[in-house]
This record gives sequence, C-alpha cells and structure tokens, in this order.
Amino acid sequence: MTNPSTPAIRFDQVSRHFGEVKAVDQVALEIRDGEFFSMLGPSGSGKTTCLRMIAGFDKPTLGKIYLYGQDVSDLPPYERDVNTVFQDYALFPHMSIDDNVAYGLMIKGVPKAERMKRVNEMLDLVRLPGFGYRRPSQLSGGQRQRVALARALINHPKVLLLDEPLGALDLKLRQQMQVELKSIQQRVGITFIFVTHDQEEALTMSDRIAVFNEGKIIQVGTPSEIYEKPASPFVAGFVGTSNLVSGEAAKRITGSEQMFSIRPEKIQLGSANGATDKNMISVDGVVRDVVYLGLFTRYLVEIEGGSDLVVVEQNLKTTSMDVLSAKGQKVRLHWNKDHISQVGG
Amino acid sequence: MLNRASTYFYRHPQLVLLLLLGPPLIYMLVVYLGSLFSLLVNSFYAIDGFTGLIVRKFTWSTYAQIFSAANREIFIRTASMATVVTLVDALLAFPLAYYIAKFASPRMKTWLLIAVTIPLWSSYLVRVYAWKLILAKEGILSWFINLLQLDGALEWLLSFESIGGSSLALSPIGMFIVFAYIWLPYMIIPIQTALERVPGTLLEASSDLGAKPLQTFRTVILPLAFPGVIAGSIFTFSLTLGDFIIPVAIGNSKFFIGQAVYSYQGTAGNIPLAAAMTMGPVVIMVVYLLVARRLGAFDAL
Repeated sequence: MTNPSTPAIRFDQVSRHFGEVKAVDQVALEIRDGEFFSMLGPSGSGKTTCLRMIAGFDKPTLGKIYLYGQDVSDLPPYERDVNTVFQDYALFPHMSIDDNVAYGLMIKGVPKAERMKRVNEMLDLVRLPGFGYRRPSQLSGGQRQRVALARALINHPKVLLLDEPLGALDLKLRQQMQVELKSIQQRVGITFIFVTHDQEEALTMSDRIAVFNEGKIIQVGTPSEIYEKPASPFVAGFVGTSNLVSGEAAKRITGSEQMFSIRPEKIQLGSANGATDKNMISVDGVVRDVVYLGLFTRYLVEIEGGSDLVVVEQNLKTTSMDVLSAKGQKVRLHWNKDHISQVGG
Repeated sequence: MLNRASTYFYRHPQLVLLLLLGPPLIYMLVVYLGSLFSLLVNSFYAIDGFTGLIVRKFTWSTYAQIFSAANREIFIRTASMATVVTLVDALLAFPLAYYIAKFASPRMKTWLLIAVTIPLWSSYLVRVYAWKLILAKEGILSWFINLLQLDGALEWLLSFESIGGSSLALSPIGMFIVFAYIWLPYMIIPIQTALERVPGTLLEASSDLGAKPLQTFRTVILPLAFPGVIAGSIFTFSLTLGDFIIPVAIGNSKFFIGQAVYSYQGTAGNIPLAAAMTMGPVVIMVVYLLVARRLGAFDAL
C-alpha cells in the first residue's frame, strides 16, 4: 500500500501565521521513509512550529501536509499515526512508568496482558528494565527522556517526532543519548524527525538536515553537504564556524568580490615564504590574536585586503609557549580551492 | 549596633524562626485550639433541667441527646444539603475553572477572576437578603419563569414535600440555590489553581498518544485536578455544615445544625448541648479529610 518512494512527510507550500508574524513561510519539504531527519535552526526559526503541525497541535494557515501521501492537514492529533517525544517529556505525573508507557495501548483497548508484555519489551529497548513501578518524579532527567521515547515508540508510529529532546540533559548524557537514539532508530526503522538548535547534534545524528531561519528553509542536505557546501552566509555561520570573505579581500583571492566561506580548520598556517601548489590558494597575513585551547589553537589572522580569518590548528607539535609567541608574526595561509564555498549575498 | 544584631540573628537562625512563628503559633494554640478544647469540655457537661444551670461534671448524657430523633434529622438534613451543594458546585465550577486556566487570554483571565471574586467583596448578609427578594413569590426569578411559561414546572417542583414550599424563598430548593451561589467562588478558585498547574504538554501528549478529548479529560485532566476539587469541596461542605444565616433567611422552619447550635446557646441557654452539636460537623469534617487523604487528594500538595 505505501509505495517506498512515497515520502513519509511532504510539506506543500506550508505557512503558519500568528497574526502578523509568519512563523512558517511557504515551506516545501519532503522527508523520506525511514530517514533520520533533523530540523535545525535558531529559536524562533519555525522548526518547532513545523513539528507541531506534523503532530497536529497546530494547523497550517496555508498549504497542505501529507503523511505517506495522505492529507493530514486537518486531522486532530489523535487521528494521526505519528507520536511525539516532548522537550519537557510530558510524562503523566499521576501514573507509574508502566502506565505511562502503556498509555497509547490502553487508549486503543489492547488487553492488559499484551500491554504489559510490550511495555516490558519497550523498557528493555530503552534500557530501563524493572523501572515500571516507579513514578516519573523518582527518575532522573535522562531516565525520563527514555521513558518518553518508550511511550512514543510502543505505538509503532509511522513517524516519530522529537522536539529538542536532549536539550535538558547535561553534555555527557546528551552525547550518550545521541548515540543511543541513532541506534534505536536504526533498530526500529521508523522515520525520526528531530528538532534541534544544536548544530553538532544535528551533524552527528542525521541522515539529512533542513536548516531553518525566519520561517523559511535555507538549505536541505546531508550533514557533509551542509557543512562543506553551505548555501548561504547564514548556514555557513550557523553550522560550525566559518570565515566569510567578501569585497576587496575576496577579489584578491578568487578574482571576484562575491562572498565566499572557508572553514577555519581547512586553512593551514605556513611561514611567509612557504612554497605553493597550484591547487592551493595562498594569502599573506599577520597574526593579530592567538587563543590556546589545549587540543588546538585558534589564530586570528588579518589578511591582505583587510579581512580577519579565524584559523584553527591542532596542537600536534606545538605547545602554548610556541603558539603564544606567534602574535604579530607575518604568516602565509594556504587552503585547497575546493574548500571554498560561494555563498552569494 | 544594628549590624551586631543582624550578625547575631544570622548566627542563630532558630531564634529568627522562633520570633517569626511564635506569635501566630501562640494565637493558634490559645485562641483557636483553646476554644475548640473548651468546646469539647463543655460538650461533656450537662444542663440541670430544673434550675437551668450547667452542671460541671463529666457525663455522656448531652451526647445522648444529639441522637434524639429530632437532632438526628437536623444532622441528616444539613449533611445532605452540604453534599448536594458540594456536588453541584463542583459541576458548575469545573467548566469555568477549566476555561479560566486553559483557554482564557491573560486579559480575559484577569477579568474572569475578578468577576468570580467580586461577590466576596460585598457583605454576605446583603447578598443573602438580595436572594430572598430574587426568590420571593413576586420576585424577579418567578417573573422570569413566568415569562418562559415554566411556572407549571416550578409549581410541580415546589409541590414535593421534602424540598418544596409555598415559594422558592421559603423552600429547601431556594436554600440550595443560595448555598450553591454563595460558596461557588470557593470551589472555582482551588480547581482553577489545580488546573493551572497541569502543563499544556500533558494534554497534547495524551492527544498525541491517541486519546480523544473525553478520554484525555477522564485519564489526565480529572485525576490531576482532583486535589483542587477536594480542596474546594472542603470549603463548600464545611461552610454549608456550619452556616446559620441562610437557613434563617431562606427556606422553611426546619432547623439546620448551625441554627440549632445558635438557638441552644442563645434562647435555650444550653451551652453543653450547643457544644456537643458543634462537635458533629467537626467529626464529619475529620472523617471527610481522612477519606480524601485515602483517595490521594493531598499527594500533589
């Protein structure tokens, strides 16, 4: 019945206006069956509103949303085959963990024995066996997070929506949950749509990413496409750090004043009279600032034509003593032409 | 000097606590619990039937009088009225409280909360006597019922002996209306507060997991608002149990507990019996609170 080429979710020119504010502005998007898809953007960029419209908590002002080819734009949440993991987990405080996880099945009228069997399978999947009798208030943030995941997955939804689910966890736990979420997604094979403002999280976990800004999708692509070939200054700046070069400095390098971006880690730092290769671009500059960061060092280099570039070098041989003396020295920067990304603007 | 005092207090936090809690605690112990205790003591005295003087000797005889047929009826009448008022107030209050807590805009919310509490700014007596006029045979309510040509239904309702009377103002139905009106804010506010604390995402989560609105109401909203309903019911139930003004102003000549207490301690001069009658509502409320705790009403407090 569902053709494999039918997208899991399709946005057909979807807009959501709140009064004068266009929270989501003519978004067109296809999310493939079984993919781990991230919606990345700063707060207020419209990514969460998009997620809420897929869940049914919000309706598009204009346009249509399709779930495996079916128009769901006007269906209430309880008639959609999607489930959500909420940012604050939204566990029912008056129910045990068992009852929380079993909630969807209980509503569907699944018999109790079957319900308990599946609850136990789910608690095993999220590595919380034996926690069923507890109350949500007796669990830690990370554990609640897993319960919320189990409660959503037990219904075998066609699409699982995750609204910044790792936002409230500390860094260690977040990194651990990123790996775990990804592996659970691969095991259950359900389409995951993951909303986050954390670019690192999106890059680590996703098959594809949509970058949102001001209600619009700026770029859709794989993590490497988004990182290596940002389509706009916004993407270049939001995903990782990037040097944006334009005007006179750009003209000296590429022959055109059009803005381009170059990632700090792609730039090599050489001495002022180092040799050059023809695939390489060389620019002379002066080190204006040095920050020693342990694992690597960050330099701020002013190049000819008056633009500041951030350069990051791993501390393979250098120590803090060496790098801090680099301030004020003349240097030559090298990078491969392929690493330049024209970003327009 | 002031500085040294601050330092001294900083080093002795228990002293600060004592100074702050002392006065209210003394008040509670002496005035509140003390009067309750004197009530309890008095209820174990009896009145000498011949001289009309209080005999200060321990006896159960006063309590035995409570269980006379007439007094038993008073208790049952009052407790039934309190139960019905509580149930109807809960039903009336819930939708409004739900609307205020979950749907009203901040501006609307302020207005509605003011509207709910405005009646509490004016005198209770004035409102009760206003209702007496509203409910009177020639009152505005009868006029309105006439206008709708429902006077037949009203007459039929008033023809029941236990709840009826010659007019609304002189019937238990009228008394019920006034009780339900006068205690309604005390039910709305606690329910609204309880609902206010239920995060909106819980309702979304329930709906997301397949629950239709009614199922969400039954499995999520109602259990979480239940402590508020219990808190409100404590007000409506105990206030109705103890009230002695509405039964005087509205309704027929049959006594309610408050009225009985009032007349025993006043005209009859039977302080021990009045005290024993007062212990009735106290016992009923204690039992009620224990049952409520059993039901888990205070778990969320």
